[in-house]
Amino acid sequence: MLADKDRIFTNIYGFQDKSVAGAKARGLWDGTKQIMEMTPEAICDVVKKSGLRGRGGAGFATGLKWTFMPKEVKDRPHYLVVNADESEPGTCKDREIMRNDPHHLIEGCMIACRAMRSHVAYIYVRGEFVREREALQAAIDDCYAAKLIGKDNVNGWDFDCYVHHGAGAYICGEETALLESFEGKKGLPRMKPPFPANMGIYGCPTTVNNVESIAVVPTIMRRGAEWFASFGRPNNTGTKLFQISGHVEKPCVVEEALGIPMKELIEKYAGGVRGGWDNLLAVIPGGASCPMIPKSVCDEVLMDFDALKAANSSLGTAAVIVMDKSTDLVKTIARYAYFYKHESCGQCTPCREGTGWMWRVMKRLETGDARVEEIDQLWEVGKQCEGHTICGLGDAAPWPIQGLIRHFRPELERRIAERQRMAAE
Amino acid sequence: MSLRRLAPPELQPASFEFNLENMARVEKEIAKYPPGRQASAVISALWIGQEQEGWVTHPMIETIGRRLDMPFIRVLEVATFYTMFNLAPVGKFHLQVCTTPPCTLRGSDDVMAVCKKLIGPSQMTPTADGMLSWTEVECLGACTNAPVFQVYKDFYEDLTAESTTRLIEAFRRGEQPKPGPQAGRTGSEPAGGATTLTDPALYAKKPEPA
Repeated sequence: MLADKDRIFTNIYGFQDKSVAGAKARGLWDGTKQIMEMTPEAICDVVKKSGLRGRGGAGFATGLKWTFMPKEVKDRPHYLVVNADESEPGTCKDREIMRNDPHHLIEGCMIACRAMRSHVAYIYVRGEFVREREALQAAIDDCYAAKLIGKDNVNGWDFDCYVHHGAGAYICGEETALLESFEGKKGLPRMKPPFPANMGIYGCPTTVNNVESIAVVPTIMRRGAEWFASFGRPNNTGTKLFQISGHVEKPCVVEEALGIPMKELIEKYAGGVRGGWDNLLAVIPGGASCPMIPKSVCDEVLMDFDALKAANSSLGTAAVIVMDKSTDLVKTIARYAYFYKHESCGQCTPCREGTGWMWRVMKRLETGDARVEEIDQLWEVGKQCEGHTICGLGDAAPWPIQGLIRHFRPELERRIAERQRMAAE
Repeated sequence: MSLRRLAPPELQPASFEFNLENMARVEKEIAKYPPGRQASAVISALWIGQEQEGWVTHPMIETIGRRLDMPFIRVLEVATFYTMFNLAPVGKFHLQVCTTPPCTLRGSDDVMAVCKKLIGPSQMTPTADGMLSWTEVECLGACTNAPVFQVYKDFYEDLTAESTTRLIEAFRRGEQPKPGPQAGRTGSEPAGGATTLTDPALYAKKPEPA
């Protein structure tokens, strides 16, 4: 079990003082000036060495991403955009960072900006999080007042931080859709290349990072890459905010080391599965777009990027959605299919038409009003959607359905058979 | 994709102007962006307009387009794309009920049933007194506190049929019940109290006076 002294977010539940003075007492804004005096390359090296992988779902190495930015600022300014459009079902960690422990994020933005030779960070907060952006704005205002950030601040690197918000669109969590939305347009993902590091907001070099990826950086800089890398397994290092929801006794957000066994995570922190571990049916380990895994896999699987990938799923945002034996899995996945239908931006045909089509078939499978061949057809259509769209939504939409078919096909067939038997009677 | 259109002409008001306070807020939003990039403020401008009027109107879109130097259609497509913009009047207390699986697993169907019973059978339809309306929304991002609904700025969390009934009755009386979890805890810590971050050494250093 991770010791309290090794937890990064020491005010994640909001029990402590949220002011600048309170944050400083917990070790934030300590030695920031020395960090800002490091060269961008040196900062990137520390982050690379720590093994930090992006916490927003894709798990791309954060330090490496930063090095994609141009090495010198020419006619176009550099920007950091923080993705706080947290809308993946099951995910609720960035909310806690913003409303309870925002100084990690603000200081992290400043360090990341130094590493990318940028002087401006925009934080794109989803529209629903009104109180969260108010809390974040209040913390930013405090930092300006304390001269921690802004022009001629005490840390020696001019830095401005602004809060921008959306108005309810899951797709804006996709980085290029977020950039479009930021510019005041519909959130339609862009074709890549050009990549944001070359052409981001306003055609300028931009890096988009998740809130948690940025917020852990100040602590990594202070405690060292080796400290962060000492948790978890190689290529899956560090601590992570896990969010455990669904059929557990005590749903909660908790910080733990990557690589903790799923069973231990659920039993130790969330009070266990409702009705005991044997009452577990399946778990969605990383938010809606990760395929579910059945109990037999959950018994042993570790919570990190590579272990879950090996289990045909993914760590995503580490949003563990637990489902016990009372769950109507088909109904649950049909609801996810509706979610993707609702949130598809409509730009690419396979996704716009496919998500609706898959939802309609799932609705019929829910009641068994289908033919067995349609299960294979559903799989096939999912494969045609996946990989044929501009952004990842078209990839992710069939995954929950594929997870269902992969592990629970007999249940689908049982419903169809039962429906046919009832019709015959 | 969801099909969203502006309210019919007979519902649209004749004009829209930001009041002075809100105009200042819009200008503050515009100032966040580099010169010439004022279009970035379109979502916040529509948001502030919606706070003022309760919903997004046709003249509001025109007014915002003029201020941000954007063609009408560019503002219109933003207003119809983002689902938090209400394109027709809603109740004074508009309950946005999350029904995505993390909430469904914890009983959002019960919450929804109470809304249908106490407010009305169909969504986005205000009650006769204009106090209440409900709508089904996708994940609100408070999944460890599911089920959840949002009213204006606030989340009401850890709901049951009973607490939903109690809250709706309070809204009907025009009250603002305390937001957040309705079942004893204060945030996303496990029920019964946090089991981590309990080491007093973490908080031994006292804040220095400013």
